[in-house]
Amino acid sequence: MDRRSALRFCCATAALPFACRTAHAGIAPFPMEEVAAGIHVRRGIDQDASAANDDAIANLSFVIGADAVAVIDPGGSRTDGQRLRASIRAVTSLPIRYVVLSHVHPDHIFGASAFLPDQPRFVGHARLPHQLAERGSYYRQRLAAIVSTEEAGDFVMPDLLVENRAELDLGGRKLSVTAHPTAHTDNDLSLLDEQTATLFAADLLFIGRVPSLDGSLPGWLGEIERLKALPARLAVPGHGPVAAPWPACVADMQRYLATLAREIRAMIARGADIETAVETVGQSERDRWTLFDDYNGHNVTVAFKELEWE
Amino acid sequence: MIRPLLLAAALLALILPQARADEDDTARAERWNDLKHAMFQDRKVQDGAGVITLDAPARALDAALVPITVTLLPGRTVKTVYLLVDGNPSPLAGTFHFGPAFDPASLSTRVRVDQYTLMHAVAETEDGQLFAAERFVKAAGGCSAPSGADAVEAAKRLGQMRLRVDAGPSHGTARAAELLISHPNNNGMQVDQISHLFIPARYIEDIKVTRGDALVFDLEADISLSEDPAIRFHFLPVGEGPLDVVVTDSTRAVFHRSFEVPAKSS
Repeated sequence: MDRRSALRFCCATAALPFACRTAHAGIAPFPMEEVAAGIHVRRGIDQDASAANDDAIANLSFVIGADAVAVIDPGGSRTDGQRLRASIRAVTSLPIRYVVLSHVHPDHIFGASAFLPDQPRFVGHARLPHQLAERGSYYRQRLAAIVSTEEAGDFVMPDLLVENRAELDLGGRKLSVTAHPTAHTDNDLSLLDEQTATLFAADLLFIGRVPSLDGSLPGWLGEIERLKALPARLAVPGHGPVAAPWPACVADMQRYLATLAREIRAMIARGADIETAVETVGQSERDRWTLFDDYNGHNVTVAFKELEWE
Repeated sequence: MIRPLLLAAALLALILPQARADEDDTARAERWNDLKHAMFQDRKVQDGAGVITLDAPARALDAALVPITVTLLPGRTVKTVYLLVDGNPSPLAGTFHFGPAFDPASLSTRVRVDQYTLMHAVAETEDGQLFAAERFVKAAGGCSAPSGADAVEAAKRLGQMRLRVDAGPSHGTARAAELLISHPNNNGMQVDQISHLFIPARYIEDIKVTRGDALVFDLEADISLSEDPAIRFHFLPVGEGPLDVVVTDSTRAVFHRSFEVPAKSS
């Protein structure tokens, strides 16, 4: 290594945090809440993606260990991810070792490219690469049309795949990762921080914002029961408040999903068609959720085509 | 006579530019004109008002499963109905040929919709006249949408069928029935989970429902039918014995089931 390139190398490493701040001068951190020791959460707003909100609609978390940081969902757009990264750097300079992609939906994972400079392991369900291959480009185009190509960024393929379970070691703190069978989607991950008894449920848990079904209704109800058995006292939902007492906070969602299942099964038993089901099923829940009219009909359609083959 | 039409529609899909979500009304009207010409050459296609109606949601809740209903109004004898999703890669979703045991009350099925598009249901009467009903549907991505169900589970029940006949008569002597067929109806646009290669097309080509010697309907289908096709129809008390369903797919696999017709409750 000649002197000049050595110098450049030193500058590059020593100046990196500063350089990043400069490079992202326009990127301001957003406020986050420390819901348990070393666990910081940004609340997503209960809207759909828009140019005004940069798709910052999902809850995003980071967890600080003794040696490293894990990000649990990097954000809904590159801009959202850059802000999350700025928020992390406002709190800690430890390396970002893991970026968890909880499932394929863009509001959770399109911020991943903001973390490429950190060279983390991108953690995903074993079925996530397939889903990204199928949907990623479509999601990118759609998001770019809403925000901008630059702000949308691109999806990042996971390089640490979880088929059943995995552990993420942050130094003195381990996060256990579970890859779920088909529930909210067919590629959901949840994480448990045993140290603080905190469950990162991602979109297996919606609070306040109506759940969206893109997997299996009975499967989701089954996974809720499984999660309820975990030794967790606090849960971070994919959408809703930054954290809530577990398992009490899943009751509303469980009731909504069980209502869909019960009413759709009854309609199928008496030979009603899918259009009638869309009009009537779940209406008792209408006033209990935000964005209900935007998602309930879709949920009923997805569940109907699954349940009619039971 | 029908196969050349299918072929024409397939060729058309190659020649026409792909429909776009931002296609305007003029472009959609042009697309329909071209499609009409490919399907029916110079035959006149009249306004279907009073003959045929087509119902579909204005905005699809799931682009891979858009329920549509065709109603044939009394007064004309319709022998064939063509279902067209103009903006799909293969616009002709299905051709229903009706037999003496078919009751033209209403007929429903589920289709995939790939673009914001016009849809058409064209009735062909016994005397060879054509009548079209039109709907505009907002949906996108239905053709390449991944299958909703677990592919492994779906493969296990491939070819299974269910047929439910309503207990009472729906109107007059006609009875309502719903036929469900478990079939992935892969259109060659979905990607395999393991190999990441496109899954070869395997789709239903024909669904024939008969009772005794009497045809209820024969549906020549194509890749625009949804996964696990569902058809609701009405049949008349013509013919005897069970309803026979024969499904043929593009791999030449044939699935045959007979369903007893339950006695009427009243």
